[in-house]
Amino acid sequence: MWARALRVRFPVPLDRGRGFASKAGPQGKVQEVRQGTHSPRLASQGAGRVPAAKIEHLERLALVDFGSREAVARLEKAIAFADQLHALDTDGVEPLESLLEDRCVYLRSDNVAEGNCTEELLRNSHHVVEEYFVPLPGNVSLPDMVNKTPSPTAE
Amino acid sequence: MNTAYKDWESFQEDMVLAGITPVDTESSSVPTHHLLELCYIPPYNATVVQKLLDQGALLMGKTNLDEFAMGSGSTDGVFGPVKNPWSYSKQYRERQRHDEHGDSHWLITGGSSGGSAAAVAAYTCFAALGSDTGGSTRNPAAHCGLVGFKPSYGLVSRHGLIPLVNSMDVPGIFTRCVDDTAVVLGVLAGHDPKDSTTVQDPIKLPMILGEMDVSRLCIGIPKEYLVPELSSEIRSLWSQAADLFESEGAKVIEVSLPHTCYSIVCYHVLCTSEVASNMARFDGLQYGHRSGIDVSTEAMYAATRQEGFSDVVRGRILSGNFFLLKENYENYFVKAQKVRRLIVRDFMNAFDSGVDVLLTPTTLSEAVPYLEFIKEDNRTRSAQDDIFTQAVNMAGLPAVSVPVALSNQGLPIGLQFIGRAFCDQQLLTVAKWFEKQVQFPTIQLQDLMDDGSLVLENGKLTSVSLT
Repeated sequence: MWARALRVRFPVPLDRGRGFASKAGPQGKVQEVRQGTHSPRLASQGAGRVPAAKIEHLERLALVDFGSREAVARLEKAIAFADQLHALDTDGVEPLESLLEDRCVYLRSDNVAEGNCTEELLRNSHHVVEEYFVPLPGNVSLPDMVNKTPSPTAE
Repeated sequence: MNTAYKDWESFQEDMVLAGITPVDTESSSVPTHHLLELCYIPPYNATVVQKLLDQGALLMGKTNLDEFAMGSGSTDGVFGPVKNPWSYSKQYRERQRHDEHGDSHWLITGGSSGGSAAAVAAYTCFAALGSDTGGSTRNPAAHCGLVGFKPSYGLVSRHGLIPLVNSMDVPGIFTRCVDDTAVVLGVLAGHDPKDSTTVQDPIKLPMILGEMDVSRLCIGIPKEYLVPELSSEIRSLWSQAADLFESEGAKVIEVSLPHTCYSIVCYHVLCTSEVASNMARFDGLQYGHRSGIDVSTEAMYAATRQEGFSDVVRGRILSGNFFLLKENYENYFVKAQKVRRLIVRDFMNAFDSGVDVLLTPTTLSEAVPYLEFIKEDNRTRSAQDDIFTQAVNMAGLPAVSVPVALSNQGLPIGLQFIGRAFCDQQLLTVAKWFEKQVQFPTIQLQDLMDDGSLVLENGKLTSVSLT
């Protein structure tokens, strides 16, 4: 059974694989998306530059530093990759938020079932005073600190 | 379930085990953790871990993975990459040139749950747990010659599984044969009051896989999965597998999942968006690494996350935050959610047309050498390698990778079966039948055996099956 002719299943002989993509559906769109999916080159060709103000805004929101020009370039490639979704018409389609949307999801009753593990929880924090986690002043925004605190991975 | 037997399990570092911190050792499949959580001692057990402990399992340790389960090679963990045991197998080595016998040409396990795969493939334990968000269990299973099972979303509790993408994550199971997977699944499946996303449907346990009447089966072959990048060897095996089912009387038909080509893009947007949200909890205040910056809370958070997250993780957080910006939310995030519905519908239509199980490749090729793998960045690799596996996570379906045969290089190749939601038992029954037909060879770790490092039985390594 292992020697059964392959042509019956996949009509194009093994040594010529290039024909398959074109048989797989709406020609233009599939080709375009597939190239983008598998070839990073296409993604960077179409990549738009993200403005510096947007970069700063993202760093502030995420509280994560880009750190280098390469990281910004990676973001631009990621955006270009995601832009391929716009080729697809989704008019009239509802967004799918949860796979369990057609079920009534279980909720526990509001009773205390366990706890009393204060010591274990506090043990994981670096800075604790009595039973309090100790943060730092919260009324200083990050951009004010940018000039004073050099980023460890700055270019 | 008989509590008298003990089985040896490993599970990967993103599941919590109370009281245990990671240990730094020299070996390549070292238990490791993300820098942000190196000092984290969990105060509770993950439900899946607790269930195994309750049944008498002996937990061997925690295994390596890509940081925060982001990656398809298990190369981006804080303690280093995982080596595929098949790199040292007789089957692989005897096909290599002599000058490649040095250790620099070792192969990746695939990922992200590579450490768990390596542990089972090297016979260090009976089974291992991983996670599967886009294929992180099935991909390394295929590369390591194992059964890698992804249960239906909602069947197994995620309580204690550090979340990556809440709407797609599931714990995954690695074993050397399908019966063993059924044993483990029988312990893990079921509603958990601590995880509202577990369904309350009654499940017949223990999960015993009966005989399969293949002539009553309808196998679907999604034509869009036949991509040019697929290696000719895997294409051939896929075709032969389809022929095998047909020769035994099954109906084998071609089906279409028309939105397949958008699936990886959709996954990319949803994954980075949920990741951006989930990673927000790592600020160093209550647990994990905390930066020494002491000027302000925001500066401390930023520095902590800078120091604690790798480039890969930071990249995904920033991308995700971009898609979640008010001006982008509709165009990217909601758009991706709509595309997700189309993908789910594709699968539903295929199954509604009478298909019981879909048969697809798991990976594009066999395991590649580490030095070759790292030539592309993590995001690119993930986009390439997740191609056959991530759509399943978006639809929440059960899927299993079954090892089929060795490649011309002597490396494992697996094929994937995809079932209907909550038809996990039927899926495993089909997989068990197939496994019996293909008789995948046992790994021969000859060099290690010669110096007595491995215990043998009758000169062969055997799998301990408990059914």
